[in-house]
Amino acid sequence: MTRLLSLHELGVRYRGAAAPALEDVDLDLAAGERLAIIGESGSGKSTLARAVAGLLPQTATLQGTIAWPGLDRQARNGGDIGFVFQDPASSLDPVMSVGDQVTEVAHANLGLNWRAARRLAVELLDRVQLPEPAVLAHSYPHQLSGGQKQRVAIAAAIAARPRLLIADEATSALDTIVQAEIVALIRELVTEDGMALIFVSHDIALAANLADRIAVFRHGRMVEMAMTAELVSRPKTNYSRALLAAHLGLDAHAEARK
Amino acid sequence: MNRTVRLLKRRLVGSIPVLLIVVIGSFLLLEAAPGDAVDAYVASVGGDAGMIEALRQSWGLDASPMTRLVAYLWALLHLDLGHSVAFSRPVLDVVLERLPNTLFLMGAATALSFALGTALGIIAGARPGSARDRFLSIGSLALYAVPGFWLALVLTIVFSVELRWLPLSGMETIASGKTGLARALDIAWHMVLPVTSLGLIYFALYLRMMRAGMAEVWRMDFTLAARARGIPRRRIVMSHVARNALLPLVTMLGLQSAQMLGGSVVIESVFSVPGLGRLAQEAVGSRDTPLLIGIILVSAVLVIVINLLVDIAYAALDPRVGASEASA
Amino acid sequence: MNLGRLFRSPEAVAGFAILGLLAAMALAAPLLFPGDPLAIAGQPLLRPFQDWALPLGTDRLGRDVLAGLFHGARTSLAVGLAAAAASILVGSIVGTVAGFAGGLVDEVLMRITDAFQTVPGFLLSLALVSVVGPSLAVVVVAIALSAWTGPARIARAEVLSIRERDFVASARVIGMNPVEIAFREVLPNALPPVLALSSVIVAAAILTEAALSFLGLGDPNRVTWGGMIAEGRAVLRSAPYLSVIPGIALVLAVLGVYLAGEGVVESSAAREGQA
Repeated sequence: MTRLLSLHELGVRYRGAAAPALEDVDLDLAAGERLAIIGESGSGKSTLARAVAGLLPQTATLQGTIAWPGLDRQARNGGDIGFVFQDPASSLDPVMSVGDQVTEVAHANLGLNWRAARRLAVELLDRVQLPEPAVLAHSYPHQLSGGQKQRVAIAAAIAARPRLLIADEATSALDTIVQAEIVALIRELVTEDGMALIFVSHDIALAANLADRIAVFRHGRMVEMAMTAELVSRPKTNYSRALLAAHLGLDAHAEARK
Repeated sequence: MNRTVRLLKRRLVGSIPVLLIVVIGSFLLLEAAPGDAVDAYVASVGGDAGMIEALRQSWGLDASPMTRLVAYLWALLHLDLGHSVAFSRPVLDVVLERLPNTLFLMGAATALSFALGTALGIIAGARPGSARDRFLSIGSLALYAVPGFWLALVLTIVFSVELRWLPLSGMETIASGKTGLARALDIAWHMVLPVTSLGLIYFALYLRMMRAGMAEVWRMDFTLAARARGIPRRRIVMSHVARNALLPLVTMLGLQSAQMLGGSVVIESVFSVPGLGRLAQEAVGSRDTPLLIGIILVSAVLVIVINLLVDIAYAALDPRVGASEASA
Repeated sequence: MNLGRLFRSPEAVAGFAILGLLAAMALAAPLLFPGDPLAIAGQPLLRPFQDWALPLGTDRLGRDVLAGLFHGARTSLAVGLAAAAASILVGSIVGTVAGFAGGLVDEVLMRITDAFQTVPGFLLSLALVSVVGPSLAVVVVAIALSAWTGPARIARAEVLSIRERDFVASARVIGMNPVEIAFREVLPNALPPVLALSSVIVAAAILTEAALSFLGLGDPNRVTWGGMIAEGRAVLRSAPYLSVIPGIALVLAVLGVYLAGEGVVESSAAREGQA
């Protein structure tokens, strides 16, 4: 499988912070591979996601390298990397229609004129399973539920047909049942389009449902990385074991996946 | 459209108690002023004590305050704002004569300050913390500190006295006999300095608000999300950040109208523009309290109307307004 | 508010320096320029920097411009501070009562606030001067009457959010009567955002007083910068400096107030660790 992304000794330090947010991370991602980054608050998982996407504040300092062997140039936001944020309400512009917000992604990245981009946007809204997409495109974010808003955000993230989709705690702000729906949607889209996926979460059960591989982070360092089935059934570190134990019903689920 | 109509009705109903309070306050001020309408009448027409007594009775001025308040309200409902002492004409007539000039002055000045302030605010806010931003920030603060009448005088010194580009005062060349387009241009030429003075005083406010607003909107997640979606910076600045930051400024337009009416008093005074503001000054000078109160009432109505229009404009711009009722 | 951090901001330093200078001028006026500043000091229309006894020249009647500048500082500062204090006092009380009492009282007080915001403040000042007559006290009251609405709204908003907090509930449980609770517990906590507004009100008060004096509606027995500018208007062509100099003083004074105020606000915000 071709390597899409390669991180080597990656470190991130925010200005004025006592300790680095991320330290000495080595990670490879293959094209089309689904990787989950698991950790609790302060583990550096969101920092990793943003570092890869180039969305860190300018005051943060980087060490190490982020390489894209799968591309022949630097990765672009939108065109190569799609990003879904945790809070769908704040990641959408409140005074622009949801249709326009997806349209502008296609218009800016795919070189389509506005009408063609608009048609594509409606198709995308349909793909993310929103009802009556042509009508819904005229609505504003505040008129949609949390789950619907996140679907719009996902549509906007994949509109430019990126090779990699990064979901940074994309389900954490949603209700439980909706969480499962969104995870299922992400899995379907990623498989259909052959995108690689980095799924950041604190919920190892949710991640296990979705990812081929899981990397566990703690205090800015990668603690363990293994294929999902193996990590879930035979965790090598105490921390991973503790994380798994904290989620009920995982054993039964791991059995079903084998 | 339904949302707007509902909003309009609610605002109109809400302004009635406010107007009532203004009216009662005006009545109290009228009462507090030394002398009453009869004294004023007699001062210009002449008469003896017996006549004064008889007039008082016939005009109902010897009745209790409550009765007089009711009479006052009744008169107002018939658009009778009283009688101007200085002009010996009904207050309403005098006011309506001067009102269009002030409306023109305020309208042009508002357009100038809003457009200039917003544009420069966007430029400053496009890159918060840059040298451009700091310069505009400090410059606008300095301008904000300038008294309107002094700015008017300084502009007069520079453009009328030294450079002789623009006329010193007045709204048009007196007895020029010009009509039609020539007259319009003449008026426009005379209004350049007044409009510029009034506009410059308040443009600093819009600049600062836009700049602060944009800095605030930049901090919001959806601008980072737009970046993450590959939207070019220019479009983010204009379509997302500026668009959102503009909203509080629109509200400000309404709030500023009251300020600007006050500011027009000094500007009209300096440039001898025959408007409402100048009229107020003349009213104070000749102790013409009915006229002054009449101006206050008309100003209050004007402010209410302007705020209503601004509210409608805001509702058109912000889709979230009135949403809670719509979804019920 | 951390004094150390306050003086790290160049704006705050500049602001306080200007204010300090202004206060010094106001206090020094009777010492440096004893006697009536409205008295004739020399030949009329003397230009600045000609005679070192009259460094900034004289006006149409031969009055000392520099003396006028110093004495005018007293008026501006006094009016600015008094009007701000009065409007903040009245506004805070009204806002606290409205927020705390709620219901009809709140409605009525808010409508009254709306009414005062609807009438242009300057016109209200004109009306007051017209009815009562021009004097320093009237100017202060007039400015306060148009400026109190801002503090009132802020105080009310603060009270509404504080009202439901635990320490108020405990006060109620102890048996404190509502008025005591409102003024001893709630109001002190509602004050900081109101005080943040104070520099804006002082600045507005100074400018309004200047405008009233310019129109000839200020206290006729006092020297004011606005009055000096009005005097200079008659000789605008021949002696523009008479109008320009007091105006510069006004700009500097107001700028000083704004800068100092912004410095204070920024240093308090910085303490809360916002980006």
